[in-house]
Amino acid sequence: FGGRKIDAASLEELEEALYAADFGVETTEEILAEIKAAYAKDKTLQGQAAAAIGAAVLKRVLAGSEGALDGAGAGGPGPGSASPATSKEPIVIAMIGVNGSGKTTTAAKLGWRLKEDGKTVTLAACDTFRAAAVEQLKTWATRLDLEIVASHTGADSAAVAFDAWQAAKSRGRDYLIVDTAGRLHTKHNLMEELAKIRRVLQKNDPTAPQHRWLVVDGSLGSNSIEQARAFHKSFGLTGLVVTKLDGTSRGGAIVGIYRQLKLPIYFLGLGEQAEDLQPFSVENYVNALFGLD
Amino acid sequence: MFESLTEKLGQALRNLRGVGTLSEENMAEALKEVRSALLSADVHFKVAREFVERVQQQAVGQQVTKGIAPGQQVIKIIHDELVRLLGEGTTALSGERPLKVLMVGLHGSGKTTSTAKLGKLLKKRGYRPFVVACDVYRPAAIDQLEILAKQEELGFYADRVSKDVPAIGSAALAEAQAATADCIIFDTAGRLQIDQDLIEEVKRLRARVQPDEVLLVADGALGQEAVNVAKAFHDALQLTGLVLTKMDGDARGGAALSIKTITGVPIKFVGTGEKTADFEPFHPDRLASRILGM
Ligand SMILES: Nc1nc2c(ncn2[C@@H]2O[C@H](COP(=O)(O)OP(=O)(O)OP(=O)(O)O)[C@@H](O)[C@H]2O)c(=O)[nH]1
Ligand SMILES: Nc1nc2c(ncn2[C@@H]2O[C@H](COP(=O)(O)OP(=O)(O)OP(=O)(O)O)[C@@H](O)[C@H]2O)c(=O)[nH]1
Ligand SMILES: [K+]
Ligand SMILES: [Mg+2]
Ligand SMILES: [Mg+2]
Repeated sequence: FGGRKIDAASLEELEEALYAADFGVETTEEILAEIKAAYAKDKTLQGQAAAAIGAAVLKRVLAGSEGALDGAGAGGPGPGSASPATSKEPIVIAMIGVNGSGKTTTAAKLGWRLKEDGKTVTLAACDTFRAAAVEQLKTWATRLDLEIVASHTGADSAAVAFDAWQAAKSRGRDYLIVDTAGRLHTKHNLMEELAKIRRVLQKNDPTAPQHRWLVVDGSLGSNSIEQARAFHKSFGLTGLVVTKLDGTSRGGAIVGIYRQLKLPIYFLGLGEQAEDLQPFSVENYVNALFGLD
Repeated sequence: MFESLTEKLGQALRNLRGVGTLSEENMAEALKEVRSALLSADVHFKVAREFVERVQQQAVGQQVTKGIAPGQQVIKIIHDELVRLLGEGTTALSGERPLKVLMVGLHGSGKTTSTAKLGKLLKKRGYRPFVVACDVYRPAAIDQLEILAKQEELGFYADRVSKDVPAIGSAALAEAQAATADCIIFDTAGRLQIDQDLIEEVKRLRARVQPDEVLLVADGALGQEAVNVAKAFHDALQLTGLVLTKMDGDARGGAALSIKTITGVPIKFVGTGEKTADFEPFHPDRLASRILGM
């Protein structure tokens, strides 16, 4: 192509930016291929224009990926629920994921956000395994004035989930947010425990948990895709939350997850405080990635 | 899952059959596969590029050994170089007594758990360890370390009122000395490398307690961000080693190569589970095979 030097340099820069964002080999090569094709047609293209093409490709790849909690089903009976509106059942949102991804913090942030929106919320402390996991969620509940159902470390996590659902139901709460223990997706016995939590919740309401969100650490690389695949297979995911994007991580691995599993992305975690949870927007995410406004 | 590198290389190296000497040209395709394998293992793209260039320099001009498939020979060169790089330095900790260790890293990387794991390991080696809760932010972080310390019968210090982390460090040192501990491990809060206030805080803690070891605790599944993290933590705190956690999963662990290349500090320990016993000295050959997908 014409203007070879400038093009090669800006292409390389773009390639580096794409890798640095953890897009991985496949997505990076796809975006680069489109840009190269555009160059072939218009030989005066410059770096900024190349970025715009990259952004357009990514927006196309991510089309339909914005999850909306206030859409169908939220605030009322779950989809497919036959229960009459008078005996309202809580919408259950389960936070799952590998160790340290941000589940407990996200559960607290989401509870706070829903409460700010005028909804009523109960938290369920179903990480009965890790040292002080129960205390961690309880501390959040106290700090944010949220209702919580908890037992002790070593208790049966599924039993806590069952009790929390009953409590949320009897008090007429809108949402039940279930925090679960971190577990690597490669461990069958731990994945089985998750399935048990789901089975027990379904005794109360066959549609629960309506939301099964994988909480993904945005600073991780390609392993996030393996994680998503495995959790989806054994638990049937309905969405994603990507955390720790307040640093310089770009969380590009979620693009790979979305491409493969088409799971909507609900929220981004942008810090350690209650208000640091932002609804996911393709437009904002992609523009920030490519340095466009 | 991943197509194994050996398989891919087998394809790429077909054109090496019957060749007498390795050259830039006849290895080009194979080295492209190596770069691609490193990138899929989350090795930083610049680190991957440098690594491939180095392997290329080593291999070019080598005679293809009779009786060995040239592909095998190239794979061996790559593997050996990776083992050499990853294994530079020692997994041994400083011999100082009392031994002071500072644990630092991003949020949720495994610092608190690794603090307890290291305490347990050193206790087994005859030390009298003491662990210190310097995370004054995360809800129940102090409780978490206290529970683990009790469980492993380690000395423990926390101040549930103060937010002055360097002062907590000093007080802990005095307490540990009074308890005749000979190994003091400081657990710190998770922090982003760009959070100036928190980086300043841990720098002041470091200056106050003068640790013999500063260990970066990093998630084995970390992505490209590993380079920024390693660089900033190393600049601020002069790291002495790396702890690679959550390697009981299927992460390829390429971040370790990035961090190693950027900082030059040895990889000392690997976390292989949630239990306090799941902690081992680092083995470079295992990680090399894993990164290469072999
Ligand atoms: N900077 C930043 N830190 C976060 C974010 N979300 C969570 N964290 C921090 O990440 C660490 C781990 O968060 P947790 O909520 O405990 O993670 P978890 O998934 O519940 O962890 P386990 O239950 O141990 O598996 C804590 O230090 C949190 O404060 C975020 O969006 N940004
Ligand atoms: N599977 C596995 N889990 C680990 C390993 N090391 C730590 N964890 C888990 O990872 C999660 C986070 O560990 P912590 O020790 O709380 O991490 P941290 O770095 O202290 O977190 P913050 O203080 O919030 O920054 C917990 O669920 C631990 O049980 C490991 O080697 N393997
Ligand atoms: K990243
Ligand atoms: Mg948790
Ligand atoms: Mg901690």
